[in-house]
Amino acid sequence: MKTISAKKIQNVVADLCLEANFILRRDVLACLKAAYARETNPRAKKALAAIIKNAAEARKEKLAICQDTGLPCVFVELGSAVRVAGDLKAAINKGIEIGYKRGCLRNSVVRDPVLRGAPGFTPALIHIDIVPGDKLKLTVMPKGFGCENKTQLKMFRPTAKIEEVKRFIVDAVKCAGPDACPPYVVGVGIGGSADYACLLAKKALLRSVVRRPSPVVRNRNTEYGIWNMERILLRLINRLGIGPMGLGGKCTALAVNIATYPTHIAGLPVAVNISCHALRSATRALS
Amino acid sequence: MQIKNLKAGKEILYSGVLYTARDQAHKRLVEAIKKKKKLPVDLKGAVIYYCGPTRTPKGKVIGSCGPTTASRMDEFAVALLKAGVKAMIGKGRRSPEVIAAIKKYQAVYFLTYAGCGALLAKFVKKAKPVAYRDLGPEAILKLEVKNFPLIVGIDAKGGSIYGKG
Repeated sequence: MKTISAKKIQNVVADLCLEANFILRRDVLACLKAAYARETNPRAKKALAAIIKNAAEARKEKLAICQDTGLPCVFVELGSAVRVAGDLKAAINKGIEIGYKRGCLRNSVVRDPVLRGAPGFTPALIHIDIVPGDKLKLTVMPKGFGCENKTQLKMFRPTAKIEEVKRFIVDAVKCAGPDACPPYVVGVGIGGSADYACLLAKKALLRSVVRRPSPVVRNRNTEYGIWNMERILLRLINRLGIGPMGLGGKCTALAVNIATYPTHIAGLPVAVNISCHALRSATRALS
Repeated sequence: MQIKNLKAGKEILYSGVLYTARDQAHKRLVEAIKKKKKLPVDLKGAVIYYCGPTRTPKGKVIGSCGPTTASRMDEFAVALLKAGVKAMIGKGRRSPEVIAAIKKYQAVYFLTYAGCGALLAKFVKKAKPVAYRDLGPEAILKLEVKNFPLIVGIDAKGGSIYGKG
């Protein structure tokens, strides 16, 4: 058994808040720069240049990449051989509050979703997964709500054609249009249940947005099938011509990331969670 | 700034005063207009920026301060235009009702670089809360900006940068 103190978790979460909000993910920045190099539409190129410059400015000035510092989502992978000394959730929320205050990040969380009221920093949305091993992995993802508002879920028939699923995903992006800060990263969850598909779609955004090389096994129902579907969807989405800031151009999405899970014989849940170009997250493993 | 000369797609650098207001501030302003109460800011000729910045770090004028999604303000925008608002700054599409009101009241809707709050902070020279401080990041701030980059999204003739529909 390995013991990790709640205090340590709190401090790491606070650091991750600053890292995620000030330093744009390296993979996201690389994709933006590649999109800039490819772009020929002058207005789109200018918008991409502003986005890239914004990331540099945020890092240098220690300012949030975006004023919407999100609803803080925290993903925890807790090794089964780890014992947390203290209250894990309380430590995470305390860490968020300390990090957000220290970084002058925005208090965007209202305690009462109906009556609203003065916003605070917490509670964070915490997802805990118990995994084998003796490590504790923490990921802080400040998810902006302009794009979160564009989330879609559809429960397909199990006999639905894959083309229907693809159309639904492309339509979700079309529906977001210019509103949610394109170029987007499109997170897709396929399988599980209604709630689980939504979680998969969000978790898919944590994966690198840099295109992976093709998996070796060329079998439709394996990793290759998903890899290929991501490739086709990205092409279809970029044909929509929404472009950076919605002003046209080649790049409507930087990436499509699909995560799957087994599901019931009666259904095929598909969720789409769109991220704005300011896709932010930071991770650290403690052991 | 001559509003009638601003055509959708035109890029300008704006220097002058902006008032930030987003969801809750809009709700309150429109309630106040309905009840014929005195408004905390003079809306005649005002430029409204759909923005809720991050907290201001020590030694800085303002925090990160990019635009928020304009369509959430659509249900309130017509009343504000009627009350004299001349320009709005945000990101994304507007409803047909808002576009019609922009034409009717000869106003303009601008876009600015979305998701670029750190960059836009450089153009803000002064920031002061003027109303609804209890709303935290949704309070109304008076901003003085210099060379703030704007793109005409919807012009006074109803022309839109996104085309029709």
